[in-house]
Amino acid sequence: MLTYIARRVVSIGTILVVLSVLIFAITQILPGNVARVIAGQFATPDMVAAIEAKLGLHDPFYVQYGRWAAGILQGDLGNSLIMERPIGPVLSEALYNSALLAVTAFVMVTILGIGLGVLSAIRQNGPLDHGVSMFTFLGISVPEFFWGIVFILVFSRWLGWLPAGGIPDAGAGFATIASHVILPSITLAFALVAHVSRMTRSSMVDALRSQYVRFARAKGLSEQTVIWRHALPNALLPTITVLAIDVGWLIGGVVVTETVFAYPGLGRALIFAIERHDLPMIQASTLVIAAIYCCANLVADLLYAFFNPKIRYG
Amino acid sequence: MVDVISDTRVKRSRRGPLNLWLGLAITGSIVALALLAPVIAPYPFDEMSILTRLKPPSLAHWFGTDDFGRDVFSRTLMGAQYSLLMGFGATLISFAIGVPLGLLSGYSSRTVDEAIMRLMDILMSFPPILLGLLILTVTPPSLSKAMIAVGIVYVPAIVRLARSVTLEIAQEEFIQAAKARDDSTAYILFREILPNAWPPLIVEAGLRVTFAILLGAAFSFLGMGAQPPSSDWGLMISDARPYLETAPWIVLAPGIAMSLTVIGINLFGDGLRQALDPRLNSSKSG
Repeated sequence: MLTYIARRVVSIGTILVVLSVLIFAITQILPGNVARVIAGQFATPDMVAAIEAKLGLHDPFYVQYGRWAAGILQGDLGNSLIMERPIGPVLSEALYNSALLAVTAFVMVTILGIGLGVLSAIRQNGPLDHGVSMFTFLGISVPEFFWGIVFILVFSRWLGWLPAGGIPDAGAGFATIASHVILPSITLAFALVAHVSRMTRSSMVDALRSQYVRFARAKGLSEQTVIWRHALPNALLPTITVLAIDVGWLIGGVVVTETVFAYPGLGRALIFAIERHDLPMIQASTLVIAAIYCCANLVADLLYAFFNPKIRYG
Repeated sequence: MVDVISDTRVKRSRRGPLNLWLGLAITGSIVALALLAPVIAPYPFDEMSILTRLKPPSLAHWFGTDDFGRDVFSRTLMGAQYSLLMGFGATLISFAIGVPLGLLSGYSSRTVDEAIMRLMDILMSFPPILLGLLILTVTPPSLSKAMIAVGIVYVPAIVRLARSVTLEIAQEEFIQAAKARDDSTAYILFREILPNAWPPLIVEAGLRVTFAILLGAAFSFLGMGAQPPSSDWGLMISDARPYLETAPWIVLAPGIAMSLTVIGINLFGDGLRQALDPRLNSSKSG
């Protein structure tokens, strides 16, 4: 197990290095010279050349990459061209906001997804099962930005229960923050609840039909014990994999949902940077998002290994 | 006991084709509407009219008009073309790149296999939307570029599937025979293995089309796909957001149309899977 963890960590480190080179290379071919962006619309060629020299844009690719990577390793993500501020603090605030959203959504997904999956497996082909299956079908078929807009329309514009977007200023009470987070996180969770409950249902149905469940029932254990202690732990393995894949979806969903709700998180920071050709900001936020994704995958792998005693990693 | 078995069988055969036919009906009508859109659309999709701005649905304008006075019904109809183009075009791209790579990876030596799969690992270590956004930041956005980006995003999934199918088929006797005949690798890959690999690949394609439609629409929504005055559904929804309260029909029409399209294709895909995959049938009906 320890060697497995060590190997996974090393491989993720390698992947992150390769990713950083890729991200740097891709952003280097972006149209729109950085120096020109800084100098502004009415700059003379001399001014642009001076800024280019100052930023070291004439250095070879690997020197520029080395400088950028060294800065990141020291915790310096560079300066935003548009906001003219260090990126680090801007991104960490955005990261906090996104995490608030993602964690709320993830908790909903885990509880609702697994719960609905188990319930519909127990009541197979009953009205509840059909209801859940209709709901999950909508969940995977309707794009999240459309859900988001429908939610805004219904809960914010028509009913006036919740704010349509944004986030309150620092120091706001829990209720105010919650009222801003609830609609975006439900939007984010919708498709994923569908995924997870579909997966849980199908593996739970298989588990309930297995030899060991039949044996547990034959021993005279209560149905509750059979379901929660015997069937569910085994049925959860594929669900963990789906939850891991869903972290990727969640990140994509975060980008779209934050745009819909004008929510100041990582995704909105990235889109903002792309729209304005803010190169250092694009590089930094992409790298941060990719790093989070890799770590989430690592955690999922480890959980899988932890919950599955059958797996003996070499 | 016998009754139980026959009962589940009846249920299965009834449910599978029901999905299949319903999905086929929805998908078929949307494809037909998309193809006939230029003929049946009552107005040109980009015809503006200041006099009819933000009008609610009426007999003259079934789905109302938008902020430029354009007919939302006509625009939604034309949007079906873009959406289907995105879905099928992007899937075609990921298959054109992914299937040959997957066949090669599953059939070739360890080194080639390792090289291809590590490359795919790198592609997969980006969250899908981020990979697409990175590709799209390089050039000014357009629908065709978004289609290529979506296609590339889903290449690794296709490579993995094609590889695992190939690994299985490569063990078969007729492949050993082809090797003994000294057939070329290309011949074995495309004439012997590929024809046998189609069924799982086609089922996967159905799923990929809906993913591609949704991801493509998300790119358009974020401003990284189709550009105005195009009536791409994602773009229509994005453009209509300021008028959400005064003219909700501009958002609802393309949103419902897109959801219906994806539901139709998903139903069709589900039905197809149930009909083609005997393993799934037996595990579902017990």
